[in-house]
Amino acid sequence: MSTSSILETVQLEHIPSTHSVHIAVFRDVENAAFLHQQLLARNPDFEYALIDAGVITSSLQVLSAAFRAINVQVAGTMRTPNVHSEIVWSLSPNNNIAESYRRYGITPESRDLIIVKVLVTPLVSSSSSPPAVETDSDASAKPLLTPQTIEEHLLTHVKGRPVPFTDLTLGELTDWGRVRKYYKLNGVSWLDKIKDPATKDKEMNMLIMSGMALRGV
Amino acid sequence: MAADSGAQQFPLPAILEYPSSTPPELITQGAEGRLYKSTYLLPSIPCALKYRPPKPWRHPVLDARLTRHRILSEARNLAKCRREGVPVPTVYATDESAGWLMMEWVAGGPVRAAINEWLQRRRDSEQAEGRSGDAIVEGTREEDADLVALLRRIGAAVGHMHKVGIVHGDLTTSNMMLRPWEKGKEPTNGHNVEGDGLLEGEIVIIDFGLASQSSSDEDRAVDLYVLERAFASTHPRAEKLFTAMLESAYKDAFKQAPIVLKKLEDVRMRGRKRSMLG
Ligand SMILES: Nc1ncnc2c1ncn2[C@@H]1O[C@H](COP(=O)(O)OP(=O)(O)OP(=O)(O)O)[C@@H](O)[C@H]1O
Ligand SMILES: [Mg+2]
Repeated sequence: MSTSSILETVQLEHIPSTHSVHIAVFRDVENAAFLHQQLLARNPDFEYALIDAGVITSSLQVLSAAFRAINVQVAGTMRTPNVHSEIVWSLSPNNNIAESYRRYGITPESRDLIIVKVLVTPLVSSSSSPPAVETDSDASAKPLLTPQTIEEHLLTHVKGRPVPFTDLTLGELTDWGRVRKYYKLNGVSWLDKIKDPATKDKEMNMLIMSGMALRGV
Repeated sequence: MAADSGAQQFPLPAILEYPSSTPPELITQGAEGRLYKSTYLLPSIPCALKYRPPKPWRHPVLDARLTRHRILSEARNLAKCRREGVPVPTVYATDESAGWLMMEWVAGGPVRAAINEWLQRRRDSEQAEGRSGDAIVEGTREEDADLVALLRRIGAAVGHMHKVGIVHGDLTTSNMMLRPWEKGKEPTNGHNVEGDGLLEGEIVIIDFGLASQSSSDEDRAVDLYVLERAFASTHPRAEKLFTAMLESAYKDAFKQAPIVLKKLEDVRMRGRKRSMLG
């Protein structure tokens, strides 16, 4: 479904068709401090989920967080400023929002980033025409975002090397020490007894997803 | 199809109204809830969605509170089991206000159906040999090895669950699935490679709607008793064998088993007294 070279576009199951998820991965990012600063300044042009790739083990983990965040946005029950900060918080197995930004979000020292953008397009009749309809009040404020404009924006402002959003590339960027600590996998003795590496990865991913789903439960 | 009429009769939870690659399928419709098969995140990932719709006959505030409580408690108990390595479905997502819980889809079918099918085949083959086919399954014949192994796996799974501090509250062979072996998970012994494969697979315990965290031996004994009674009524010909195999595998899985099994004697006694009085 990818329409552009660096963005992976995903239409999640059981999410309103107005919402699409666009994901890019950058390695060896040199200007994480700048990007981090844009978030702190709430610069609306940088409204992305900027995720430190070290805490990610699989594409499903990222998609799960996006799924949850979009759900609460649609339900109108967000507890963080926007759907993108909600994605970062959704990666956490606990309710501490500030801690989730520090652990799962970009830091000035981050090297590898996963960047998620949720686009919400008004319902349009024809799929070929670009999503239009801006209300008068903010028509002057900013041009409408599309996967193309997002890609351009990222390529202009992220000083790093784009790589595909696949389990293979994500796996190379995982910092297992942090993952095990944050998702409390260290005390799980049966995991360490699994010999087959693929099975073990799968089981760990399942525990991570379950930990995320149980946040606040 | 039943699923279609069900879907029309009852409104879907909002989450399932949003588009998916294949339409959600209604699997069961119980008194309290409905179970749908659908997909999570991607078309390739099947999931089970348990939905507890609002009950018009209950006070709305009380109803909402009860539903929340049940969804959250089921999610917590599933997650606890998963973390401790007890085979249960992984929780994918919950929305306790909307009354749903989304979890990993377990392939295969309920243990109950597999045992019934197996017993039916056994009866057919006995009758083909000119016998009545109603004989008690002693577990001594070579063909019974599959059933013995399955009953032992049930005992082991229940023992494991009790060991980690969960009692199920509704143990039946309908609330256990027989999931085809995944690569590397087949036991090296205790399963019969010669058999017809009907009873092959990993036991996965489901339906934690009435489960609770408990380390009480009395609660555990009641759990076993409920399973024993449920088994006896669905599969009477294998009742004796079931009790023997369950107890021995349960003991192997769980150090505290002897105390629980002693309590089970008391619980059985009370059960018998009650049925004599009643
Ligand atoms: N995770 C799952 N994967 C596959 N099938 C499932 C799963 N969960 C449930 N099922 C199927 O749906 C049936 C009903 O599920 P479950 O037992 O959880 O609901 P229930 O008995 O209606 O619930 P409750 O007793 O809590 O009201 C099961 O017997 C099983 O066949
Ligand atoms: Mg059930």
